[in-house]
Amino acid sequence: MIKRLLGCVREYKKATILTPSYVAMEVVLECILPFVMAKLINSIGTTKMEPILYYGGILVVLAFASLFCGVMSAINAAIASAGFAKNLRHDLFYKVQSFGFSDIDAFSVSSLVTRMTTDVTNVQNAFQMVIRIAVRTPLMLIFSVVMSMLINVKMSLIFIGIIPVLGIVAFFLIRKVIGIFKRIFKKYDAMNNSVQENVAGIRVVKSFVREDYEKKKFGATAEEVRFDFTYAEKIIALNQPIMMFCIYTAMLLVSFLGAKLIIASGGTVLSTGELSSLITYGIQILSSMMMLSMVFVMMSMAEESANRISEVLDHESHLISPENGKTEVANGSIEFENVSFKYNEKSKKPALSDITLSIPSGTTVGIIGGTGSSKTSLIQLINRLYDVTEGSVKVGGVDVRDYDLESLRDAVSVVLQKNVLFSGTIKDNLRWGNPGASDEDMKRVCRLAQAEEFIEQFPDGYDTVIERGGVNVSGGQKQRLCIARALLKKPKILILDDSTSAVDTKTDALIRSAFKKEIPETTKLIIAQRVASVQDADMILVMEGGMIAEQGTHEELLEKKGIYYEVFQSQTKGKEAV
Amino acid sequence: MARDIRKQNFGQKAKKGTFKRLFRYVWEDYGFRLIVVLVCVLFSGVANVIASVFLQRIIDECITPGLESGLDSVIGDLTRMIVTMATIYVFGILAAFIQARLMAIITQGTLKKLRVKMFEKMETLPIRYFDTHAHGDIMSTYTNDTDTVRQLIGMSLPQVITSSLSIVATFSMMLYYSLWMTLAVIVFLIVMFLVTTKFGGASAKYMMAQQKSLAKCEGYVEEMMNGLKVVKVFNHEETCKEEFDVLNEQLCHDGTEAHRNGNVLMPILANIGNLMYVLLAVFGVSLIYAGVTNVGFSGMGAITAGIIITFLGCCRQLSQTIGQISMQIPQIAMALAGASRVFDLIDEEPEVDEGYVTLVNAKEDENGNITETEEVTGIWAWKHPHKAEGTLTYTKLTGDIVLDMVDFSYVPEKQVLTDVSLYAKPGQKIAFVGATGAGKTTITNLINRFYDIEDGKIRYDGININKIHKPDLRRSLGIVLQDVNLFTGTVMENIRYGKLDATDEECIAAAKLANADDFITRLPDGYDTMITGNGASLSQGQRQLISIARAAVANPPVMILDEATSSIDTRTEALVQRGMDNLMKGRTVFVIAHRLSTIRNAEAIMVLDHGRIIERGTHNELIDMKGTYYRLYTGAFELE
Repeated sequence: MIKRLLGCVREYKKATILTPSYVAMEVVLECILPFVMAKLINSIGTTKMEPILYYGGILVVLAFASLFCGVMSAINAAIASAGFAKNLRHDLFYKVQSFGFSDIDAFSVSSLVTRMTTDVTNVQNAFQMVIRIAVRTPLMLIFSVVMSMLINVKMSLIFIGIIPVLGIVAFFLIRKVIGIFKRIFKKYDAMNNSVQENVAGIRVVKSFVREDYEKKKFGATAEEVRFDFTYAEKIIALNQPIMMFCIYTAMLLVSFLGAKLIIASGGTVLSTGELSSLITYGIQILSSMMMLSMVFVMMSMAEESANRISEVLDHESHLISPENGKTEVANGSIEFENVSFKYNEKSKKPALSDITLSIPSGTTVGIIGGTGSSKTSLIQLINRLYDVTEGSVKVGGVDVRDYDLESLRDAVSVVLQKNVLFSGTIKDNLRWGNPGASDEDMKRVCRLAQAEEFIEQFPDGYDTVIERGGVNVSGGQKQRLCIARALLKKPKILILDDSTSAVDTKTDALIRSAFKKEIPETTKLIIAQRVASVQDADMILVMEGGMIAEQGTHEELLEKKGIYYEVFQSQTKGKEAV
Repeated sequence: MARDIRKQNFGQKAKKGTFKRLFRYVWEDYGFRLIVVLVCVLFSGVANVIASVFLQRIIDECITPGLESGLDSVIGDLTRMIVTMATIYVFGILAAFIQARLMAIITQGTLKKLRVKMFEKMETLPIRYFDTHAHGDIMSTYTNDTDTVRQLIGMSLPQVITSSLSIVATFSMMLYYSLWMTLAVIVFLIVMFLVTTKFGGASAKYMMAQQKSLAKCEGYVEEMMNGLKVVKVFNHEETCKEEFDVLNEQLCHDGTEAHRNGNVLMPILANIGNLMYVLLAVFGVSLIYAGVTNVGFSGMGAITAGIIITFLGCCRQLSQTIGQISMQIPQIAMALAGASRVFDLIDEEPEVDEGYVTLVNAKEDENGNITETEEVTGIWAWKHPHKAEGTLTYTKLTGDIVLDMVDFSYVPEKQVLTDVSLYAKPGQKIAFVGATGAGKTTITNLINRFYDIEDGKIRYDGININKIHKPDLRRSLGIVLQDVNLFTGTVMENIRYGKLDATDEECIAAAKLANADDFITRLPDGYDTMITGNGASLSQGQRQLISIARAAVANPPVMILDEATSSIDTRTEALVQRGMDNLMKGRTVFVIAHRLSTIRNAEAIMVLDHGRIIERGTHNELIDMKGTYYRLYTGAFELE
């Protein structure tokens, strides 16, 4: 997993390597500084100017070197971590763009969004931490120990003795805290999720007068989160005093034994300046330990995020474009041969079972059926949004899996049921269908989709800005824009998945007749709830329970007196009176 | 509907007084604990300062004399000093421990208070607020902004207090030892201050720019993830990647700048500190050479090596502390901006409710007199106190609704409804027909007072709805909307949302009525199936059926169905319709539907066009009228 993520460093490799290198140099300098300072202090004791200037000069040089290293490491760390995060986002976004529908379903949209936002930020912070502090602290620890040993081996044993004690304490503390935090974050997510639901469903909350109920519910969740977080932070709060205890104990021991040593040896084994350096190194050692424990906490918190990111990066889409796939789609004929389809290997019931069907190029096919009868599943196999589980689907006489995916999807245009417009002008949105479309092209398809009239009524016409989620156009207008967008592709097959449900019957009829007149050679599949939308089709399919229950023209199906007849009756009842 | 989604300004500076207000919030609940924390901070601060001069005292009082007179003469002093110091340290440790624990309590408690306050305020806000604010922005107040506040209270604040105290203490010590050298330190402090302002300020600026481009980039990701299937259908992947790269690049730039300026501050300050150290040493010794008389709070006298050494210790302490404070500056700026947005939400104006007519359980005797009762009778009455006469009247809830010359607009210049008058007698089914944007949903928004009318009157059982207590008004109206919102929980819990004390049997009965029982029992765990992500695993039609069941279990006297069955196939719809008709027998129903088949049996059909009622009547009357409805019904006319 770590290797996978490190692969995202790429062009920031230089900065990533430079950062710890400069940090290392900085650490060395920082460790030498107290050493020289001790010398300086000793020479102050003698009140001679020359040694002061000598050591002072060395200190100034060291300070400038340390400044240089510090600034360089800081700058490189910023470049490396921001760049790493950029590449991570880039890779995730590109990866997701290569996903098929089933991959999107498997991850769910909201989880993909979290992975690309929160998780990336967590990993980025951990990364910056690692290249700076995770290098700094162990080095600091080692150098400080070495330096203190150089001063006096016996005294340095005090520090060396205390390090493992601190290590063990920190280890147990951290292990406990991490476990708690992992649990808490789930609760925290659930709390934010309930806020999200309240924001989105505020009309429901208010119309059922459930404000107080929601407040109580939220209050309880917030209290739980508070309780757990307080508990965890109280445990973390133990960390500092324990560390302080060790630091102080070490300092007292060093002071006491050091003072005795100086006096006993008459200042030959240990000088006062060296004693104060020892204490400085001692503090450095112990604060490094403290930092180190924080680094571990941070890293294990980021671990989960890193896992979630690698999951996406490692996910291999099964639905990939074949090498040297066919790029020419001969015509708009569609064949289903013994097709069965499951959304998920685990699902017991297939969404489609044993469908065999042949649609000649240029025909109009109407598809109706109840909620959950797999109408949408059927059409999503045609442009290979999903792959069949068994059997084969052919377009223009060739198995869809043998086409280059892009060419296939350009030839088969689908207006999805859950369709979206994107923020941008109407023109921007239409150009999704064909980036090079001229104004004339756009006008033509909008006329076909009966959208021209309302677009021209907008003050800005085709340059009207659509807001995110298309909230500033009505449902019917949105559907017509989506149809126009799909038409701009000049597809061989056009599929409308309940795409005119918000359009009134009259406009619906106009759209269909425009299709008939203007694009007769295109195969058209229309899924609808209204019988009126499908009754003049060349062929009507009635779906039920993942199978084609009835098939034929309007008249044939009426004669069958089956499901279609029943639906027709229920929808036209009373119309005879007109 | 008119919407004006205003993006919140990420990257905007905090309002004035934000810090004071935040402090007051903490103070209100944790005043005592805060004082204890302050005492603890003082304690550990003092312990720290004493620790910094401790060594010097050992040198001066034990080692130096010891070197002359031998170990035995000073061992008593040395031991005593170590013990004294140990005692001080123990208190320091205790203080640090208490401080950390109390801060955990204070931080999390304050966060909870803020969250609850935000949420409680949010629940009282008018619908208009939600229609005019991007939901992502509201969410980010709960997540990102409270998180910065957590950092502020939990980490930055104690750090700043500790550091400030430490600076004051060190500075006093410096003055105590030598005025001249302190003056030299001040020169360095000014330089440090300037450096901090420059880099800290730049860092804070870019931090906010980073927040802004992060919001932009994440917003784009969200939009494209939600439209991912459309992207695939249109082979639009490459363009998306390009657009994304531009935003990502900007974010990377701002992030680099923010961190660059923040990161360099520490090494720069630390090394200015080192330079200061050297120069002070030289300066101090030259003072000795020059024989300048030392002035300090310790008195006047000659400068000694001991004074310089101690002074240098303080100097190191000072520069380290300043380095620590400087690291907090960008964080604090960001946190205050976050806190400012939190308070903005808390300060929003809530929905006003001046209603005083309430809904009560009632009994009706043989003479038709209505009296109030505690028990649930199934009969409801409006309790209407008349202030002028000091009397109380009871009006039976029947569901008689009248709109009288109602005008309305969402934004001042765009009139949505003009002169709308209509009546619905108890038990009638009233249908609204018209193009999207004609004002159908608006009418229902006015009846339950999601929005308030501008002119005209709406009466409910003869009472002006402005006089009715809003919760009671809404409780008496059941609404099923086209866009279904379900909550995380089981299917059963979602249905029970309509009536919190409903038994399982009641919920199942409601589901049967809505024709939802069939598919629910086929779900993996039946009624106990968990719904997450607004029912992402259910089809739109199935979600609508659950929302109808939810309204059915509430069993309200008046029901508003706004395209409630738009995604349900016509066969199921007919079944649902039958169930609903049974349920609503004798009650008032408003129906908005695109499919005219669902409203054919309505008592009155209103045809709306551009906010006006242009035709009204029964199906047959309207057909005979051969007007808009007729043309619409026969598919010869488009309402737009």
